Amino acid sequence: MTTSRKRFTAPQRLLHWLMAICILSMLFIGVGMVSTITSKYLTLVQIHKPLGIAILVLALIRLTLRLIYKAPALPPDLPEPIKLGAELSQYVLYALMISMPLIGWGMLSAASYPVVLFGSLHLPSILPLSPTLHTWLWRAHHYLAFAFFATILMHVGAILFHKLIRNDGIFETMAPVLTRNQPK
Amino acid sequence: MVQSPASPNSFRLGPVLIIAAVVGIAAVAFAYTAGWLSPQRLTPKKLVAALAPPGGPALGHRRNHAKGICFTGTFEANGDGSSLSRAPVFARGQYPVLGRFNLGTPDPDAADATVRVRGLGISIKTPDGQEWRSAMINAPIFPVSTPQGFYELLTASGSKNPDAMKKFIAAHPEFITFLGWAKGGPWTGSYAEERYNSLDSFLFVDGSGATHPIRWSLIPAAQPVSVPPDELAKRGPDFLEQEITQRVAAGPQRWSLVVTEANPGDSTADPNKAWPADRRTVEVGTLTVQQIEPERDGPCLNINFDPTVLPAGITTSDDPFPAARSAAYSRSYNSRTAEASHYPGTDTGAR
Repeated sequence: MTTSRKRFTAPQRLLHWLMAICILSMLFIGVGMVSTITSKYLTLVQIHKPLGIAILVLALIRLTLRLIYKAPALPPDLPEPIKLGAELSQYVLYALMISMPLIGWGMLSAASYPVVLFGSLHLPSILPLSPTLHTWLWRAHHYLAFAFFATILMHVGAILFHKLIRNDGIFETMAPVLTRNQPK
Repeated sequence: MVQSPASPNSFRLGPVLIIAAVVGIAAVAFAYTAGWLSPQRLTPKKLVAALAPPGGPALGHRRNHAKGICFTGTFEANGDGSSLSRAPVFARGQYPVLGRFNLGTPDPDAADATVRVRGLGISIKTPDGQEWRSAMINAPIFPVSTPQGFYELLTASGSKNPDAMKKFIAAHPEFITFLGWAKGGPWTGSYAEERYNSLDSFLFVDGSGATHPIRWSLIPAAQPVSVPPDELAKRGPDFLEQEITQRVAAGPQRWSLVVTEANPGDSTADPNKAWPADRRTVEVGTLTVQQIEPERDGPCLNINFDPTVLPAGITTSDDPFPAARSAAYSRSYNSRTAEASHYPGTDTGAR
Protein backbone atom coordinates (compact mmCIF):
# COMPACT_ATOMS: atom_id res chain seq x y z
CA MET A 1 0.00 0.00 0.00
CA THR A 2 2.83 2.40 -0.71
CA THR A 3 3.70 4.65 -3.58
CA SER A 4 7.03 5.66 -5.02
CA ARG A 5 6.11 9.29 -4.32
CA LYS A 6 8.33 10.90 -1.69
CA ARG A 7 5.50 12.97 -0.21
CA PHE A 8 1.79 12.59 0.37
CA THR A 9 -0.23 14.34 -2.35
CA ALA A 10 -1.22 17.95 -1.73
CA PRO A 11 -4.88 17.13 -0.97
CA GLN A 12 -3.74 14.48 1.54
CA ARG A 13 -1.42 16.94 3.24
CA LEU A 14 -4.07 19.63 3.31
CA LEU A 15 -6.56 17.23 4.89
CA HIS A 16 -3.99 16.03 7.41
CA TRP A 17 -3.26 19.51 8.74
CA LEU A 18 -6.86 20.69 8.56
CA MET A 19 -7.98 17.62 10.47
CA ALA A 20 -5.15 17.99 12.96
CA ILE A 21 -6.58 21.39 13.89
CA CYS A 22 -10.16 20.07 13.96
CA ILE A 23 -9.39 17.00 16.04
CA LEU A 24 -7.22 18.77 18.58
CA SER A 25 -9.89 21.46 18.94
CA MET A 26 -12.52 18.76 19.26
CA LEU A 27 -10.68 16.95 22.07
CA PHE A 28 -10.10 20.17 24.00
CA ILE A 29 -13.71 21.24 23.47
CA GLY A 30 -14.97 17.86 24.62
CA VAL A 31 -12.93 17.69 27.79
CA GLY A 32 -13.58 21.37 28.52
CA MET A 33 -17.34 21.33 28.01
CA VAL A 34 -17.99 18.52 30.47
CA SER A 35 -16.00 20.39 33.12
CA THR A 36 -18.10 23.55 33.28
CA ILE A 37 -21.61 24.75 34.01
CA THR A 38 -21.04 28.26 32.61
CA SER A 39 -22.56 29.45 29.35
CA LYS A 40 -19.36 28.19 27.70
CA TYR A 41 -20.91 24.75 28.12
CA LEU A 42 -23.63 25.43 25.56
CA THR A 43 -21.28 27.19 23.16
CA LEU A 44 -18.84 24.29 23.25
CA VAL A 45 -21.58 21.66 22.86
CA GLN A 46 -22.95 23.58 19.88
CA ILE A 47 -19.50 23.50 18.23
CA HIS A 48 -18.79 19.90 19.26
CA LYS A 49 -21.65 18.34 17.29
CA PRO A 50 -21.20 19.90 13.82
CA LEU A 51 -17.40 19.74 14.15
CA GLY A 52 -17.64 16.03 14.93
CA ILE A 53 -19.72 15.43 11.83
CA ALA A 54 -17.27 17.54 9.79
CA ILE A 55 -14.42 15.35 11.05
CA LEU A 56 -16.35 12.21 10.07
CA VAL A 57 -16.89 13.52 6.53
CA LEU A 58 -13.26 14.67 6.20
CA ALA A 59 -12.00 11.34 7.56
CA LEU A 60 -14.01 9.40 4.98
CA ILE A 61 -12.67 11.61 2.16
CA ARG A 62 -9.19 11.19 3.55
CA LEU A 63 -9.52 7.40 3.73
CA THR A 64 -10.66 7.36 0.10
CA LEU A 65 -7.66 9.48 -0.95
CA ARG A 66 -5.38 7.21 1.03
CA LEU A 67 -6.71 4.15 -0.76
CA ILE A 68 -6.26 5.86 -4.13
CA TYR A 69 -2.91 7.62 -3.64
CA LYS A 70 -1.40 5.43 -0.90
CA ALA A 71 1.46 6.53 1.35
CA PRO A 72 5.14 7.08 0.64
CA ALA A 73 7.24 4.12 1.77
CA LEU A 74 8.93 4.29 5.15
CA PRO A 75 12.74 4.52 5.00
CA PRO A 76 14.18 1.01 4.45
CA ASP A 77 16.63 1.38 7.32
CA LEU A 78 13.85 2.03 9.85
CA PRO A 79 14.06 -0.57 12.65
CA GLU A 80 11.21 -3.10 12.59
CA PRO A 81 9.61 -2.13 15.93
CA ILE A 82 9.41 1.50 14.85
CA LYS A 83 8.00 0.51 11.48
CA LEU A 84 5.36 -1.60 13.20
CA GLY A 85 4.50 1.28 15.56
CA ALA A 86 4.24 3.72 12.68
CA GLU A 87 1.88 1.49 10.71
CA LEU A 88 -0.21 0.48 13.70
CA SER A 89 -0.65 4.09 14.81
CA GLN A 90 -2.11 4.97 11.41
CA TYR A 91 -4.73 2.24 11.73
CA VAL A 92 -5.55 3.41 15.25
CA LEU A 93 -5.86 7.05 14.18
CA TYR A 94 -8.10 6.26 11.20
CA ALA A 95 -10.27 4.01 13.40
CA LEU A 96 -10.66 6.78 15.99
CA MET A 97 -11.32 9.54 13.44
CA ILE A 98 -14.17 7.54 11.96
CA SER A 99 -15.56 5.83 15.07
CA MET A 100 -15.59 8.75 17.52
CA PRO A 101 -18.13 10.87 15.60
CA LEU A 102 -20.27 7.78 14.94
CA ILE A 103 -20.18 6.81 18.62
CA GLY A 104 -21.13 10.38 19.60
CA TRP A 105 -24.00 10.41 17.10
CA GLY A 106 -25.16 6.99 18.28
CA MET A 107 -24.89 8.03 21.92
CA LEU A 108 -27.14 11.05 21.39
CA SER A 109 -29.57 8.89 19.40
CA ALA A 110 -29.73 6.24 22.13
CA ALA A 111 -30.65 9.00 24.62
CA SER A 112 -33.28 10.41 22.24
CA TYR A 113 -31.59 13.81 22.03
CA PRO A 114 -32.12 15.61 18.75
CA VAL A 115 -28.77 15.83 16.91
CA VAL A 116 -28.85 19.50 15.95
CA LEU A 117 -26.06 20.78 13.68
CA PHE A 118 -27.09 24.37 12.88
CA GLY A 119 -30.43 26.05 13.45
CA SER A 120 -33.13 23.72 12.16
CA LEU A 121 -30.61 21.41 10.45
CA HIS A 122 -30.44 18.14 12.34
CA LEU A 123 -29.42 14.55 11.69
CA PRO A 124 -31.70 11.54 11.97
CA SER A 125 -31.50 9.23 14.94
CA ILE A 126 -29.34 6.18 14.14
CA LEU A 127 -30.25 4.09 17.22
CA PRO A 128 -33.37 3.42 19.28
CA LEU A 129 -33.76 4.91 22.78
CA SER A 130 -31.83 2.56 25.08
CA PRO A 131 -30.16 3.25 28.42
CA THR A 132 -27.91 0.22 27.92
CA LEU A 133 -26.71 1.30 24.49
CA HIS A 134 -26.35 4.87 25.70
CA THR A 135 -24.21 3.77 28.62
CA TRP A 136 -21.89 1.67 26.47
CA LEU A 137 -21.51 4.38 23.85
CA TRP A 138 -21.08 7.14 26.41
CA ARG A 139 -18.32 5.17 28.13
CA ALA A 140 -16.66 4.38 24.80
CA HIS A 141 -16.82 8.06 23.76
CA HIS A 142 -15.34 9.10 27.09
CA TYR A 143 -12.45 6.62 27.28
CA LEU A 144 -11.63 6.66 23.57
CA ALA A 145 -11.32 10.46 23.75
CA PHE A 146 -8.46 10.09 26.22
CA ALA A 147 -6.98 7.26 24.16
CA PHE A 148 -7.24 9.52 21.10
CA PHE A 149 -5.41 12.36 22.81
CA ALA A 150 -2.72 9.97 24.09
CA THR A 151 -2.30 8.54 20.58
CA ILE A 152 -1.92 12.05 19.18
CA LEU A 153 0.70 12.89 21.80
CA MET A 154 2.61 9.75 20.80
CA HIS A 155 2.18 10.66 17.13
CA VAL A 156 3.59 14.14 17.75
CA GLY A 157 6.41 12.76 19.91
CA ALA A 158 7.23 10.17 17.26
CA ILE A 159 7.27 12.57 14.33
CA LEU A 160 9.51 14.97 16.25
CA PHE A 161 11.78 12.02 16.96
CA HIS A 162 11.91 11.26 13.23
CA LYS A 163 12.60 14.89 12.40
CA LEU A 164 14.90 16.02 15.21
CA ILE A 165 16.75 12.82 16.06
CA ARG A 166 16.71 10.55 13.04
CA ASN A 167 16.06 13.21 10.38
CA ASP A 168 14.95 10.38 8.09
CA GLY A 169 12.53 12.26 5.82
CA ILE A 170 9.29 10.92 7.32
CA PHE A 171 8.25 14.35 8.60
CA GLU A 172 8.78 15.75 5.11
CA THR A 173 6.28 13.29 3.62
CA MET A 174 3.46 15.19 5.36
CA ALA A 175 5.09 18.60 5.94
CA PRO A 176 2.85 21.43 4.71
CA VAL A 177 5.86 23.03 3.02
CA LEU A 178 9.24 21.61 2.14
CA THR A 179 11.49 21.97 5.16
CA ARG A 180 14.62 20.59 3.53
CA ASN A 181 15.84 19.41 0.18
CA GLN A 182 14.07 16.33 -1.00
CA PRO A 183 16.25 13.25 -0.75
CA LYS A 184 17.52 12.32 -4.18
CA MET B 1 7.43 5.13 21.68
CA VAL B 2 10.07 7.81 21.19
CA GLN B 3 13.08 5.80 22.27
CA SER B 4 14.97 4.26 19.43
CA PRO B 5 16.99 1.16 20.05
CA ALA B 6 18.94 1.86 16.89
CA SER B 7 19.26 5.57 16.46
CA PRO B 8 21.84 6.26 13.81
CA ASN B 9 22.92 9.45 15.54
CA SER B 10 24.73 9.71 18.80
CA PHE B 11 22.54 10.86 21.70
CA ARG B 12 21.83 14.58 21.81
CA LEU B 13 19.97 16.08 24.75
CA GLY B 14 18.51 19.13 22.95
CA PRO B 15 16.04 17.37 20.65
CA VAL B 16 14.90 15.06 23.44
CA LEU B 17 14.13 18.09 25.61
CA ILE B 18 12.20 19.73 22.78
CA ILE B 19 10.10 16.61 22.28
CA ALA B 20 9.44 16.28 26.02
CA ALA B 21 8.49 19.96 26.23
CA VAL B 22 6.05 19.83 23.29
CA VAL B 23 4.31 16.69 24.52
CA GLY B 24 4.39 17.85 28.15
CA ILE B 25 2.92 21.29 27.43
CA ALA B 26 0.13 19.74 25.33
CA ALA B 27 -0.69 17.30 28.13
CA VAL B 28 -0.76 20.06 30.76
CA ALA B 29 -2.98 22.26 28.55
CA PHE B 30 -5.36 19.33 28.16
CA ALA B 31 -5.42 18.69 31.91
CA TYR B 32 -6.07 22.38 32.55
CA THR B 33 -8.96 22.41 30.06
CA ALA B 34 -10.43 19.34 31.73
CA GLY B 35 -10.41 21.21 35.04
CA TRP B 36 -7.96 18.82 36.71
CA LEU B 37 -5.72 21.71 37.72
CA SER B 38 -8.64 23.89 38.90
CA PRO B 39 -10.20 22.30 41.99
CA GLN B 40 -12.27 25.47 42.50
CA ARG B 41 -14.10 25.13 39.17
CA LEU B 42 -17.81 24.45 39.63
CA THR B 43 -18.17 21.34 37.51
CA PRO B 44 -21.39 19.48 36.64
CA LYS B 45 -20.06 16.66 38.81
CA LYS B 46 -19.85 18.91 41.89
CA LEU B 47 -23.23 20.50 41.30
CA VAL B 48 -24.96 17.15 40.85
CA ALA B 49 -23.16 15.64 43.85
CA ALA B 50 -24.39 18.54 45.98
CA LEU B 51 -27.99 17.58 45.19
CA ALA B 52 -27.61 14.17 46.78
CA PRO B 53 -29.07 13.53 50.24
CA PRO B 54 -26.62 12.51 53.02
CA GLY B 55 -27.06 8.82 52.22
CA GLY B 56 -26.07 9.33 48.58
CA PRO B 57 -28.22 9.60 45.45
CA ALA B 58 -31.10 7.24 44.66
CA LEU B 59 -29.44 5.06 42.03
CA GLY B 60 -31.19 4.85 38.69
CA HIS B 61 -33.22 7.99 39.36
CA ARG B 62 -32.93 11.61 38.30
CA ARG B 63 -30.61 13.40 40.69
CA ASN B 64 -33.26 16.04 41.32
CA HIS B 65 -37.00 16.02 40.63
CA ALA B 66 -36.57 12.29 41.19
CA LYS B 67 -40.22 11.51 41.84
CA GLY B 68 -42.50 11.82 38.86
CA ILE B 69 -45.11 10.36 36.56
CA CYS B 70 -45.29 10.38 32.74
CA PHE B 71 -47.95 11.89 30.54
CA THR B 72 -48.70 12.16 26.86
CA GLY B 73 -50.92 14.63 25.08
CA THR B 74 -50.87 17.42 22.55
CA PHE B 75 -49.93 21.03 22.16
CA GLU B 76 -52.33 22.96 19.99
CA ALA B 77 -50.78 26.18 18.76
CA ASN B 78 -53.20 28.97 17.92
CA GLY B 79 -50.69 30.70 15.62
CA ASP B 80 -50.32 33.83 17.74
CA GLY B 81 -46.79 32.89 18.85
CA SER B 82 -45.56 33.20 15.26
CA SER B 83 -45.30 36.97 15.61
CA LEU B 84 -42.63 36.44 18.28
CA SER B 85 -40.86 33.28 17.12
CA ARG B 86 -40.42 31.50 13.82
CA ALA B 87 -40.24 28.12 15.61
CA PRO B 88 -42.63 25.76 13.78
CA VAL B 89 -44.18 24.76 17.11
CA PHE B 90 -46.01 28.14 17.12
CA ALA B 91 -47.51 27.70 13.67
CA ARG B 92 -51.20 26.93 13.98
CA GLY B 93 -51.54 23.17 14.43
CA GLN B 94 -51.48 20.26 16.80
CA TYR B 95 -48.20 18.63 17.91
CA PRO B 96 -47.52 15.53 20.03
CA VAL B 97 -46.34 16.04 23.59
CA LEU B 98 -44.48 13.82 26.02
CA GLY B 99 -44.08 15.04 29.56
CA ARG B 100 -43.60 14.37 33.22
CA PHE B 101 -45.16 15.76 36.38
CA ASN B 102 -42.57 15.74 39.12
CA LEU B 103 -41.53 16.86 42.58
CA GLY B 104 -38.43 18.91 43.33
CA THR B 105 -36.68 16.38 45.51
CA PRO B 106 -33.74 13.99 45.07
CA ASP B 107 -35.79 11.32 46.89
CA PRO B 108 -38.02 9.24 44.57
CA ASP B 109 -39.92 7.98 47.61
CA ALA B 110 -40.61 11.35 49.22
CA ALA B 111 -44.15 11.84 50.52
CA ASP B 112 -45.94 14.22 48.14
CA ALA B 113 -47.06 16.62 50.87
CA THR B 114 -43.46 17.17 52.02
CA VAL B 115 -42.19 18.61 48.74
CA ARG B 116 -42.72 22.32 48.15
CA VAL B 117 -41.69 22.56 44.51
CA ARG B 118 -43.72 20.79 41.84
CA GLY B 119 -42.58 20.64 38.26
CA LEU B 120 -43.55 19.78 34.73
CA GLY B 121 -41.15 18.58 32.06
CA ILE B 122 -42.29 18.68 28.46
CA SER B 123 -41.14 17.74 24.97
CA ILE B 124 -43.04 18.97 21.92
CA LYS B 125 -42.12 17.62 18.50
CA THR B 126 -42.99 19.19 15.17
CA PRO B 127 -43.26 17.25 11.90
CA ASP B 128 -39.97 18.73 10.58
CA GLY B 129 -38.15 16.76 13.33
CA GLN B 130 -37.43 19.72 15.59
CA GLU B 131 -38.07 19.49 19.29
CA TRP B 132 -38.70 21.87 22.17
CA ARG B 133 -38.02 20.67 25.68
CA SER B 134 -38.68 22.59 28.83
CA ALA B 135 -38.70 21.91 32.55
CA MET B 136 -40.83 24.31 34.56
CA ILE B 137 -41.76 24.64 38.22
CA ASN B 138 -44.66 26.05 40.19
CA ALA B 139 -42.55 28.58 42.12
CA PRO B 140 -42.98 32.13 40.76
CA ILE B 141 -39.25 32.83 41.04
CA PHE B 142 -36.09 30.77 41.34
CA PRO B 143 -34.56 30.52 44.86
CA VAL B 144 -31.30 32.25 43.90
CA SER B 145 -29.86 34.50 41.20
CA THR B 146 -26.91 32.47 39.95
CA PRO B 147 -25.89 28.82 39.50
CA GLN B 148 -23.03 29.43 41.94
CA GLY B 149 -25.64 30.65 44.44
CA PHE B 150 -27.67 27.49 43.86
CA TYR B 151 -24.59 25.38 44.59
CA GLU B 152 -24.05 27.35 47.79
CA LEU B 153 -27.70 26.83 48.74
CA LEU B 154 -27.33 23.08 48.30
CA THR B 155 -24.09 23.04 50.26
CA ALA B 156 -25.54 25.15 53.08
CA SER B 157 -28.79 23.19 53.36
CA GLY B 158 -26.82 19.92 53.49
CA SER B 159 -24.37 21.27 56.04
CA LYS B 160 -24.28 20.12 59.66
CA ASN B 161 -23.11 23.57 60.71
CA PRO B 162 -26.16 25.24 62.33
CA ASP B 163 -25.04 28.65 61.04
CA ALA B 164 -24.64 27.51 57.42
CA MET B 165 -28.09 28.64 56.27
CA LYS B 166 -27.80 31.94 58.12
CA LYS B 167 -24.50 32.62 56.39
CA PHE B 168 -25.96 31.59 53.06
CA ILE B 169 -28.93 33.94 53.40
CA ALA B 170 -26.64 36.78 54.41
CA ALA B 171 -24.68 36.24 51.21
CA HIS B 172 -27.81 35.63 49.10
CA PRO B 173 -30.57 37.91 50.41
CA GLU B 174 -32.55 37.18 47.22
CA PHE B 175 -33.36 33.80 48.78
CA ILE B 176 -35.71 35.57 51.23
CA THR B 177 -38.11 36.42 48.37
CA PHE B 178 -38.27 32.73 47.50
CA LEU B 179 -38.81 31.80 51.16
CA GLY B 180 -41.78 34.15 51.16
CA TRP B 181 -43.45 32.00 48.50
CA ALA B 182 -42.24 28.69 50.00
CA LYS B 183 -43.71 29.53 53.40
CA GLY B 184 -46.67 31.70 52.49
CA GLY B 185 -47.69 30.61 49.00
CA PRO B 186 -50.71 28.34 48.50
CA TRP B 187 -50.51 24.55 48.19
CA THR B 188 -52.95 22.67 45.98
CA GLY B 189 -54.12 19.07 45.95
CA SER B 190 -53.38 18.41 42.26
CA TYR B 191 -50.70 18.62 39.61
CA ALA B 192 -53.56 19.82 37.38
CA GLU B 193 -54.14 22.94 39.49
CA GLU B 194 -50.57 24.19 39.32
CA ARG B 195 -49.17 26.95 37.20
CA TYR B 196 -45.74 25.97 35.81
CA ASN B 197 -43.23 28.71 35.01
CA SER B 198 -40.10 28.69 32.84
CA LEU B 199 -38.52 31.19 35.27
CA ASP B 200 -35.52 31.34 32.97
CA SER B 201 -35.57 33.91 30.20
CA PHE B 202 -35.07 32.87 26.61
CA LEU B 203 -35.01 34.75 23.33
CA PHE B 204 -37.66 34.25 20.68
CA VAL B 205 -36.41 34.98 17.18
CA ASP B 206 -39.10 36.10 14.77
CA GLY B 207 -39.26 35.75 10.99
CA SER B 208 -37.37 39.01 10.46
CA GLY B 209 -34.54 37.86 12.74
CA ALA B 210 -35.51 40.26 15.55
CA THR B 211 -35.18 38.83 19.06
CA HIS B 212 -37.73 39.12 21.87
CA PRO B 213 -36.66 38.37 25.46
CA ILE B 214 -39.43 36.24 26.95
CA ARG B 215 -40.47 33.87 29.72
CA TRP B 216 -43.40 31.49 29.59
CA SER B 217 -45.89 29.81 31.89
CA LEU B 218 -48.45 27.04 31.66
CA ILE B 219 -51.62 28.31 33.29
CA PRO B 220 -54.06 25.62 34.43
CA ALA B 221 -57.63 25.54 33.17
CA ALA B 222 -58.56 23.83 36.43
CA GLN B 223 -59.43 26.23 39.24
CA PRO B 224 -56.71 25.99 41.94
CA VAL B 225 -58.09 25.11 45.35
CA SER B 226 -55.82 25.97 48.24
CA VAL B 227 -55.28 23.10 50.67
CA PRO B 228 -53.02 23.39 53.73
CA PRO B 229 -50.04 21.00 53.69
CA ASP B 230 -51.03 19.20 56.92
CA GLU B 231 -54.34 18.40 55.23
CA LEU B 232 -52.46 17.09 52.15
CA ALA B 233 -50.29 14.89 54.37
CA LYS B 234 -53.40 12.91 55.36
CA ARG B 235 -54.03 11.99 51.73
CA GLY B 236 -51.11 9.52 51.62
CA PRO B 237 -47.56 9.65 50.29
CA ASP B 238 -48.49 9.37 46.60
CA PHE B 239 -51.73 11.33 46.50
CA LEU B 240 -50.56 13.60 43.67
CA GLU B 241 -49.85 10.68 41.34
CA GLN B 242 -53.10 8.93 42.28
CA GLU B 243 -55.11 12.11 41.87
CA ILE B 244 -53.69 13.06 38.46
CA THR B 245 -54.14 9.50 37.18
CA GLN B 246 -57.82 9.47 38.15
CA ARG B 247 -58.39 13.02 37.02
CA VAL B 248 -56.94 12.52 33.53
CA ALA B 249 -58.73 9.18 33.18
CA ALA B 250 -61.96 11.09 33.82
CA GLY B 251 -61.13 13.79 31.27
CA PRO B 252 -58.15 15.51 29.60
CA GLN B 253 -56.54 18.36 31.57
CA ARG B 254 -55.57 21.63 29.93
CA TRP B 255 -53.14 24.50 30.41
CA SER B 256 -52.72 27.55 28.26
CA LEU B 257 -49.17 28.42 27.29
CA VAL B 258 -48.67 32.12 27.90
CA VAL B 259 -45.56 33.96 26.77
CA THR B 260 -44.53 37.14 28.57
CA GLU B 261 -42.36 39.61 26.72
CA ALA B 262 -39.83 41.70 28.65
CA ASN B 263 -39.80 45.48 28.47
CA PRO B 264 -36.49 47.11 27.65
CA GLY B 265 -34.46 47.14 30.87
CA ASP B 266 -36.09 44.06 32.44
CA SER B 267 -33.46 41.67 33.75
CA THR B 268 -33.27 38.48 31.70
CA ALA B 269 -30.18 37.23 33.55
CA ASP B 270 -31.82 36.69 36.94
CA PRO B 271 -34.69 34.18 37.32
CA ASN B 272 -34.99 35.25 40.96
CA LYS B 273 -36.49 38.57 39.80
CA ALA B 274 -40.06 38.47 38.56
CA TRP B 275 -40.99 40.93 35.83
CA PRO B 276 -43.70 43.46 36.67
CA ALA B 277 -47.21 42.09 36.18
CA ASP B 278 -48.13 44.58 33.44
CA ARG B 279 -45.79 43.09 30.84
CA ARG B 280 -47.32 42.12 27.50
CA THR B 281 -48.46 38.51 27.38
CA VAL B 282 -49.44 36.39 24.40
CA GLU B 283 -51.38 33.18 24.72
CA VAL B 284 -49.80 30.93 22.12
CA GLY B 285 -51.62 27.62 22.53
CA THR B 286 -53.04 24.91 24.75
CA LEU B 287 -51.39 21.91 26.35
CA THR B 288 -53.76 18.97 26.71
CA VAL B 289 -52.72 16.08 28.93
CA GLN B 290 -54.58 13.02 27.65
CA GLN B 291 -52.95 10.06 29.30
CA ILE B 292 -50.98 9.35 32.47
CA GLU B 293 -48.49 6.48 32.64
CA PRO B 294 -46.36 5.36 35.58
CA GLU B 295 -42.74 6.38 35.19
CA ARG B 296 -41.54 2.80 35.33
CA ASP B 297 -41.70 1.58 31.70
CA GLY B 298 -43.26 4.95 30.86
CA PRO B 299 -42.21 7.02 27.83
CA CYS B 300 -40.66 9.80 29.95
CA LEU B 301 -38.37 7.58 32.03
CA ASN B 302 -35.33 7.82 29.77
CA ILE B 303 -35.93 11.35 28.55
CA ASN B 304 -33.80 14.24 29.77
CA PHE B 305 -35.98 17.37 29.87
CA ASP B 306 -32.98 19.54 29.03
CA PRO B 307 -34.22 23.13 28.71
CA THR B 308 -31.64 23.88 26.03
CA VAL B 309 -33.18 21.47 23.54
CA LEU B 310 -34.74 24.23 21.47
CA PRO B 311 -36.06 24.56 17.93
CA ALA B 312 -34.66 27.23 15.60
CA GLY B 313 -36.55 30.38 16.63
CA ILE B 314 -35.86 29.99 20.35
CA THR B 315 -32.41 30.53 21.86
CA THR B 316 -30.94 30.95 25.31
CA SER B 317 -30.48 34.47 26.69
CA ASP B 318 -27.93 35.88 29.13
CA ASP B 319 -29.68 33.87 31.86
CA PRO B 320 -26.87 31.58 33.12
CA PHE B 321 -29.20 28.84 34.36
CA PRO B 322 -30.17 26.98 31.18
CA ALA B 323 -26.50 26.21 30.46
CA ALA B 324 -25.88 25.11 34.06
CA ARG B 325 -29.03 23.01 34.05
CA SER B 326 -28.16 21.41 30.73
CA ALA B 327 -24.68 20.49 31.98
CA ALA B 328 -26.05 19.10 35.25
CA TYR B 329 -29.02 17.28 33.68
CA SER B 330 -26.65 15.60 31.23
CA ARG B 331 -24.44 14.42 34.07
CA SER B 332 -27.49 13.15 35.95
CA TYR B 333 -28.77 11.38 32.82
CA ASN B 334 -25.43 9.67 32.17
CA SER B 335 -25.27 8.46 35.76
CA ARG B 336 -28.82 7.24 36.11
CA THR B 337 -29.01 5.46 32.75
CA ALA B 338 -25.83 3.59 33.69
CA GLU B 339 -27.60 2.56 36.91
CA ALA B 340 -30.80 1.49 35.13
CA SER B 341 -30.67 -1.90 36.85
CA HIS B 342 -31.18 -0.12 40.18
CA TYR B 343 -34.45 1.45 39.07
CA PRO B 344 -37.16 -0.56 40.79
CA GLY B 345 -38.58 -2.94 38.21
CA THR B 346 -41.27 -4.33 40.46
CA ASP B 347 -43.25 -3.30 43.49
CA THR B 348 -40.80 -5.22 45.63
CA GLY B 349 -37.98 -2.99 44.40
CA ALA B 350 -36.75 0.12 46.17
CA ARG B 351 -40.20 1.18 47.28
